[in-house]
Amino acid sequence: MTDRDPPRPGDVVPESRLREGGKNASGGDGAGADGIDRRALFRVGLTAAVAAGSVALGLGLRARDGHGRGKTLPKLKDHRVDKVQGALEMAIVRGPDPAANVRRAVEAMGGMGRFVKRGERVVIKPNIGWNRLPEQAANTNPEVVAEVVKLVAAAGASKIWVTDVSVNTPEQCFARSGIEKAAKAAGAIVVRPDAPAFREVDVAGKLLRTADILFPFVEADRVINIPVVKQHGLSGATMAMKNWYGMLGGQRVKLHQNIHLSIVDLASMIKPTLTIMDATRILLANGPTGGSLADVKQMDTIAVSSDEVALDAFGAGLLGLSPTSLGFIVEGMKAGLGTPEWRNLKFEELGG
Amino acid sequence: MFLWLRRCYQAVFLLFFLFLVFASTSQFIRGYDVQWFLEIDPLVTLTTALSSHVLHHTLLWSLPLIVLTLVFGRFFCSWMCPMGVLHHVLGHLGRKRKVLQRVEQNAPRSSHKIKYAVLAVMLGLAAAGSVQIGLLDPIASTWRGLSVSVLPAASNTAYGLYQGERHFQWGTLVTIVFFGALALNFVYPRFYCRVLCPLGAFLGLLSKFSLFRISKDPSKCNECDVCGADCQGAADPQGTVRVTECMVCLNCTKGCKRGGLAYRFLPALKLSKVETDLSRRKWLTAGMAGVAAVPLMRASDGVDPRPNPARIRPPGALDEPDFLAKCLKCDACMKVCPTGGLQPALHEAGLEGFWSPILIPRIGYCEHSCTLCGQVCPTGAITHLKVADKVGEMPAKPPVRLGSAFFDKGRCLPWGYNTECIVCEEVCPTSPKAIYFKVETITARDGTQKTLKFPYVDLDHCTGCGTCENRCPVVDRAGVRVSAANESRTPKSSMSLTGGRI
Repeated sequence: MTDRDPPRPGDVVPESRLREGGKNASGGDGAGADGIDRRALFRVGLTAAVAAGSVALGLGLRARDGHGRGKTLPKLKDHRVDKVQGALEMAIVRGPDPAANVRRAVEAMGGMGRFVKRGERVVIKPNIGWNRLPEQAANTNPEVVAEVVKLVAAAGASKIWVTDVSVNTPEQCFARSGIEKAAKAAGAIVVRPDAPAFREVDVAGKLLRTADILFPFVEADRVINIPVVKQHGLSGATMAMKNWYGMLGGQRVKLHQNIHLSIVDLASMIKPTLTIMDATRILLANGPTGGSLADVKQMDTIAVSSDEVALDAFGAGLLGLSPTSLGFIVEGMKAGLGTPEWRNLKFEELGG
Repeated sequence: MFLWLRRCYQAVFLLFFLFLVFASTSQFIRGYDVQWFLEIDPLVTLTTALSSHVLHHTLLWSLPLIVLTLVFGRFFCSWMCPMGVLHHVLGHLGRKRKVLQRVEQNAPRSSHKIKYAVLAVMLGLAAAGSVQIGLLDPIASTWRGLSVSVLPAASNTAYGLYQGERHFQWGTLVTIVFFGALALNFVYPRFYCRVLCPLGAFLGLLSKFSLFRISKDPSKCNECDVCGADCQGAADPQGTVRVTECMVCLNCTKGCKRGGLAYRFLPALKLSKVETDLSRRKWLTAGMAGVAAVPLMRASDGVDPRPNPARIRPPGALDEPDFLAKCLKCDACMKVCPTGGLQPALHEAGLEGFWSPILIPRIGYCEHSCTLCGQVCPTGAITHLKVADKVGEMPAKPPVRLGSAFFDKGRCLPWGYNTECIVCEEVCPTSPKAIYFKVETITARDGTQKTLKFPYVDLDHCTGCGTCENRCPVVDRAGVRVSAANESRTPKSSMSLTGGRI
């Protein structure tokens, strides 16, 4: 017996069904008498409405599914400032106080006011990749980060972000590197790489088409890169250009399959306002993670330039490497990102 | 007025518990003793002391609760227990409307003595060296339910804003057990507390000696039975109050309009019933069953003979038999693990180690300088290491090893596919790096010469932290994987002669 069958004598039928059956029966009688039934009309209307609604919903949902067609991804702005005739192109300062070195180097380059105008939003990108202490030299020196934040704030920036995508657990990297505390105290907004902090952008590189990067790099008017100088097993060294790996979400470990070209792709996508290279302590071995103080060399040096290739060539020298032995420096030069012959730039070396 | 006092205590303790759960992350934990609730749990103290023959110092916190129970009875269940509060509130799910129906629901039942049998089995297991109390202990259960099931679900829904994305292998089982226990309130109010809870049973036994008790003045009773309408423990206030069941919720004192029921100091002994109704024979049988279960379990899934390569224990974990004699499976270590790599074991550690912590490096690796799992472990199953001791300093002081990394040369990109990679070397946190490479020139398929870096593992430096496996770009099963071999907690696992022990 199906649900729709009328009850037969002898069946045990629940009281509720008996009542329901009675109602239906009387309704059917009414239809027979009038020929047209309001209830039937209502049901036709309801069916039509449901059908129309489903078609509309289906079309609407299909419109949302563009298979990527017509979806335009944002491109990063050019964050560079115009060159000033006669101004210094690179400054190298040596001295025992990292913060003072940063101040002197930026001053020599014409002051932070040359790079950051009042009201601009600035993102500062240190290396906060590893769960290490400052003296282990796996991350940018927190004093350097704090000093850069202060200089940018003094130049009148309306918003200062400090951010990075850590390789180890972010909260531990941000805490143990000392950078979160130092940057906050200096007045920056520290952005941790939580899932909602990423935006998809157009890379349009030779290797990489699109990438998820931290939102401050999309929103900021000016970008300041503050890498640390370290040995790196695969690429030879990690300094300014390689530091852009730290913007990326997603499976960035895949980039190692063609590390030099992917470094140059990223460095071509983002055109930083200024790069302040932290060589206060450099990591000579077991990089980029380090861990032992035996791997660390105290250099007490800060180098500033707008030319990342030149800075990387300078940093390679500190690590005892020939710049042209590093694939990404050669590729970066070919891509027109700068010159490894940093001595050909207008530079100044200030001793301490 | 005392009812409101009780509700305040319940709210305060529940909020305090939730605060401790919430604070149990690498970001907020600082020096908080987040495991305080487990440390005051006398059953945790008793079972771990029975099984391991040592008393972990933090568990001395349970002595005050034992003393308080001897004075005030089984008040813990209705005043402090976080799961008790949840059951108290959710008891309304299955609560009948009419007073007399409720009295019927709250009548003593013979099934209520099951919890004493559960307790006896647990004590038997512990006496034979296996701690299983955490599976049913209300505090461990609530901690586990919140940290493995509820909070990850909430956090993942909120874009991982709290502790990031978290996933636990078969965490669904924890969900089913946790919410299942709460749903038992549909059968009748506080089903779990009355029938299953071994901590309630233990505190009930202690209450036999309590100085303060609910007791009834028979001269004022007109046998209206209304006192039983909201009795939390089904302690039979209508008849002779059963102190082992009474949770001192004080509802009966309000229910009795004639003032016949009161919480009194040293009432006449005949006014309360102290028997548990579980016969001595059943007590013994249950206890012996627990004792016998341990060799039976170990005859099937041995602790040692065939260790599972996936049984990678947290840093500082004791040797396996000692570990199982202390680990509660409260999952506190999994909650606090910054990478989320500590996971509840299913079959990896045998039936005995079900839900105990193992590291699954593909989900999260062991952070090089982190010792939080040992910091939160309430029983010392994971010792609280100093960072310097965990990291070690080769060659004088070897590091704490969880296992060792092995290359799967068919899946590794350079070895299997002659593709540049070396991510494992990059992220390897030891110095000198345990993963190193050799540059070799090979002939590619098209006959051209290609120079590549091929990775190797140095056993002496590998700590088995699993960072390499975690970051390996080969999706699903990585090209480099950690197994428990060479873990340092026992010389039996050592693969090399470096340690000088065989």
